[in-house]
Amino acid sequence: MNKIWLIIQREYITRVRKKSFLVISLLAPLLIALTTVGIAKFSSSSEADVVAVHDQSSLNLLARLQDTDELHFVPAAPGSLAAAQAAFEKAKPRQEALLDIPADFTLDNTQGIQVMGKGNVALKRQLNIRKAVTKAVSELKMARSGIRQETIDDLQAKVELAAINLDEVGGKRNDAGTTTAIAYALSILVYMFIFIYGVQVMRGVSEEKSNRIMEVMISSVKPFQLMMGKILGIAGVVLTQFALWLVLSWGITTVVAPLLLKADKPTATAAAPVASSATATPATGTTAVVTSPAATPSSSETLGEAPRPGQSLGIWSVLGGLPIGSILGGFMFFFLGGYLLYSSLFAAIGSAVDDQTDAQQFMFPVTIPLILSYVVSISVIINGDPNGPLAFWLSMIPLTSPIAMVMRLPFGVPAWQLALSGTLLVLGFIGTTWVAARIYRVGILMYGKKVTYKELSKWMFYKG
Amino acid sequence: MPHSTTAPILEVRNVRKQYAAHTALDGVSLAVPEQSIFGLLGPNGAGKTSLIRIITQITGADSGEVFFRGEKLNPSHIGAIGYLPEERGLYKKMKVGEQLLYLAQLRDLSRADALQRIKKWLDRLELKPWAEKNVEDLSKGMQQKVQFIATVLHEPKLIILDEPFSGFDPINANLIKDEILALRDQGATIIFSTHRMESVEELCDSIALINKSRKVLDGPVTTIKNQFKTNTYEVEGQGRLLLMHPDFEVIEQKERENGHFYARVQLHAGTTPNDLLRFLIGQVQVHAFRERIPSINEIFIRRVGETMPGSLVENVTA
Repeated sequence: MNKIWLIIQREYITRVRKKSFLVISLLAPLLIALTTVGIAKFSSSSEADVVAVHDQSSLNLLARLQDTDELHFVPAAPGSLAAAQAAFEKAKPRQEALLDIPADFTLDNTQGIQVMGKGNVALKRQLNIRKAVTKAVSELKMARSGIRQETIDDLQAKVELAAINLDEVGGKRNDAGTTTAIAYALSILVYMFIFIYGVQVMRGVSEEKSNRIMEVMISSVKPFQLMMGKILGIAGVVLTQFALWLVLSWGITTVVAPLLLKADKPTATAAAPVASSATATPATGTTAVVTSPAATPSSSETLGEAPRPGQSLGIWSVLGGLPIGSILGGFMFFFLGGYLLYSSLFAAIGSAVDDQTDAQQFMFPVTIPLILSYVVSISVIINGDPNGPLAFWLSMIPLTSPIAMVMRLPFGVPAWQLALSGTLLVLGFIGTTWVAARIYRVGILMYGKKVTYKELSKWMFYKG
Repeated sequence: MPHSTTAPILEVRNVRKQYAAHTALDGVSLAVPEQSIFGLLGPNGAGKTSLIRIITQITGADSGEVFFRGEKLNPSHIGAIGYLPEERGLYKKMKVGEQLLYLAQLRDLSRADALQRIKKWLDRLELKPWAEKNVEDLSKGMQQKVQFIATVLHEPKLIILDEPFSGFDPINANLIKDEILALRDQGATIIFSTHRMESVEELCDSIALINKSRKVLDGPVTTIKNQFKTNTYEVEGQGRLLLMHPDFEVIEQKERENGHFYARVQLHAGTTPNDLLRFLIGQVQVHAFRERIPSINEIFIRRVGETMPGSLVENVTA
């Protein structure tokens, strides 16, 4: 054990001392913070799309079209469609779409409306516009059939949903946007770290092999010790990096970002503290959603109590509503389990090939489950049912569970499933480590041989 | 000189090792006397590296046993063995001093002892100014020296050197040779695997010759040489050598300028060198007369050549 500890130390220290480690550790949180602030600024200043309405009908639809969060209707330049188009092209401030309602448009002939834009009109925008127009026409039709405006207004039902996670003590409010965002963020972290550091393990092994230091090492320590020492040493590097990122991005988002955002909006803050917290919160909602653009604008509204102005900023305040302990614990466990499982396979690949270009063919079957589990998990868990049968199986199979389970964590996972999946993952990495070690001990001393899968499978059964 | 009377430091008994379809070692037995330099010879692919890897516990034997100082070889012996593989390598991006410390600690040396000895050795091999440099910044010869230090730093009782002189210029090769001799005199045993027969001749006390997975010859160098003597004498002199005698046979004769000659003469059984000398004195002016002792190189080629063509590998044990 003493020797494996020496190996772990060396692997850890040589990597942490590298300048690239320092640069990545410092730059990544800074970049994250900067993009966050950038998105926050951008999205807080972004307003509803301006839609110019060229209404040639006699219905005066414009008066009926209601502005929403996304759309703001203005009259187009009077005259022919061509004139309206010309004005639209040059309009300042920028107009996003031109809605043309033809002269023969009536309540009984609702055909012929066109929407034009510079380039393609985004599908979402088209849908929003259609909704607004449909609503306006429906109201006109209702009015025609004698229903009074008050009745129409009264008939509009407004329903808001507040999702509550009952597993949490006190049933705190939860919102899908943040949960989804965290699911994305955690799983992409697992995916990235396993990939990046798994490949580092592979490189480390094949470097030792091509450096020809292997024989000296193996005469001092067992191949298994050397392999595990490297894997664990690099695991330490990952954890250090992760901790640094966590601390630094926390520091940056809580200390630096508010300053930047505040500087941007001096008047609003001065005028009314309540309003400032209201404008600041949508911005921070986006903090959590770097990876998931569609999720959040509604998040702050649905959060019942308005955050106090002082401590409102950052993903950190939103996290309060989630099972943060089990998420973090589960994340660490499944990340480490997944890393151990995959990196031992990467180590086996590194040991089997003479140089890294040969590694490609063997990396394929190892990276495929990793990539697949990420891609499939997104569609099954985030866009599907986080507790459905497919999600269940994905989070049980050791090759996919590190990513799938981490993705499910923020949505809440039954304890027995966590335990089962955890056990399977431990068994899984013991299995892959065993296989990898068998291949490794033969591979590291094998030079100048074209390695095939058949050859690899033979190595597993070589005697000591 | 060899202390052949003491118990062997290393004993290999009937070791067999098979790789898939290829037999690397086929029942090899040998004993390495303590505090000697032991040459492990053999052509490429004979099984030397396989044997060394078993002794260094990189791999295990399929059958047979290895004893280190009378104990069955086990991981506790790793600290007592030093190994310099033929394929050299160090961590390129590690500092010389740190690397030596790391390797020494993996060989069970304490940190404090290691640091002290690293200092001593770097001084001795004139590498002191390089201690804080990365290995990749060193010349190849210097890297070899670092590797040599790494091999002997933990003061192993048994040092295995595979082609130790490759990559050294003559000056450094001599430096290393002196270190090897000094290590033996301090009590270490050295197994020395090489193709360079002149260094075997110079350094080895005893040898083993492995060919085609089998040991074909072993014993003290002097014994082997005696065993391979053909009762042949070399004569140089002046005059005309006309040798027509039932007891002698001229194998080779060369005329040189000014009536000088060189000849190799083999004695038939029962004839002594003095008989030949007496005969020669009557005929020519003798300038030089000496027994022709075969070099290790000749023995090597003879033994390996003998076993090359057929499957008739005989087990000759001295």
